[in-house]
Amino acid sequence: MRFIDEYRRGDVAQKLAEQIARLTARPLKIMEVCGGHTHAIFKYGIEDLLPEQITMIHGPGCPVCVIPLGRVDDSISIALRPGVIFTTFGDMMRVPGSRTNLLDAKAVGADVRMVYSPLDALKIAKNNPGREVVFLALGFETTAPSTAMTVLQAARDGVKNFSVFCNHITIVPALKAMLDSPDLQLDGFIGPGHVSTVIGTRPYEFVAREYGKPVAVSGFEPLDVLQSVYMVVRQATEGRAEVENQYGRCVSRDGNRKALEAIFEVFEPREYFEWRGLGSIAHSGMRLKSKYAAFDAELKFEVPGLRVADPKACQCGEILKGVKKPWECKVFGTACTPETPIGSCMVSSEGACAAYYNYGRLSKIVERSA
Amino acid sequence: MCLAIPGKVVEIVDAENHIAKADVGGVRRNVNIGMFDEGEVTVGDYVLIHVGFAMSKIDEHEAEETLRVLKEIGEYEPEVEQFKTTLQ
Repeated sequence: MRFIDEYRRGDVAQKLAEQIARLTARPLKIMEVCGGHTHAIFKYGIEDLLPEQITMIHGPGCPVCVIPLGRVDDSISIALRPGVIFTTFGDMMRVPGSRTNLLDAKAVGADVRMVYSPLDALKIAKNNPGREVVFLALGFETTAPSTAMTVLQAARDGVKNFSVFCNHITIVPALKAMLDSPDLQLDGFIGPGHVSTVIGTRPYEFVAREYGKPVAVSGFEPLDVLQSVYMVVRQATEGRAEVENQYGRCVSRDGNRKALEAIFEVFEPREYFEWRGLGSIAHSGMRLKSKYAAFDAELKFEVPGLRVADPKACQCGEILKGVKKPWECKVFGTACTPETPIGSCMVSSEGACAAYYNYGRLSKIVERSA
Repeated sequence: MCLAIPGKVVEIVDAENHIAKADVGGVRRNVNIGMFDEGEVTVGDYVLIHVGFAMSKIDEHEAEETLRVLKEIGEYEPEVEQFKTTLQ
């Protein structure tokens, strides 16, 4: 496929890896913020190509992995209400709440349906005027404009039985939390690609300016990721800190104006939002503005809204902060697997644990943990 | 979650409601092009599609530029280095 195949050429990857090794003069810790990059790094074995001195730290940019238990419980409580059709992306079905997940709720009779797009959820609402249709909205700025535009469409069409359980989050407050975390020493960032199609590269400039860390906003094919690592290593070696845009074919400095307008029209920041494993982060979540209260599932239905502590056995928090590697978690691959996940990092294919579990080289794990 | 896929716009189905048809590896599906100004997306354009919405137009010039730089990093730098060594 065009714009994919040409970024997967093994011969070019080998040469790029040689150049990265040549440039790397000291140990470097580079965080890929986005779960899509984590997935690509494991799927294509990119860590095997990198010199020993480079450590990739897998960041918190997987919205499914950071949704707190309490919000999953709230989703299940809405889904179990009589008359409700609860719609969600497939990734969310097996994410564990404190006792059960959405798939279990479906098994005991809740009408839970997987959708590809929030627009599909709106269509279900139009086709079922006697039922309340709720869409579980989650994701970073990549997905938020799609939810916003669906709400705007619902308002235009006068749909009364559609609402959104909003769990959208924003990347910059999370990045800042990472940078301010004392136990995390990073030398640079691979910046999220698809979030940046919406917000542009400008919002990361503080990382270079105020924290002196290099950033390369990256595409998702193996050559994209390798080139971004090359950019970060080169900046670090030359003592520069800038925001470079490796993904120029899709990302501009200012982002997508109409997508941002839709976000600002429909959403406003919450004072705090809880991230699984990371705790509360100020202004990191979005909720619907009061103007669109009619489409806010949190106002339409009573939800328990309880804060639930993560299970003790699970070390998702340390893994999301890159302080621990997945295989260092006691339940990794034994009690916690993609079929029966305990922690959410094992659920989504973009979670660090699931990526290690599915693609991780066992020899590497043995070698590195020795 | 944040995954997106490139597709080629093959038809503007309904300009007023921002609906276009995109081809992704032979599979065709309607996508919403409401994140662009009217007329900004035309047949033949490549767009990045996420949860049923076109997020950005793929800039073919930039795509080629990235490939060129990728090749350059891989191929030319050793030559430049050799060139530098001969200077000393």
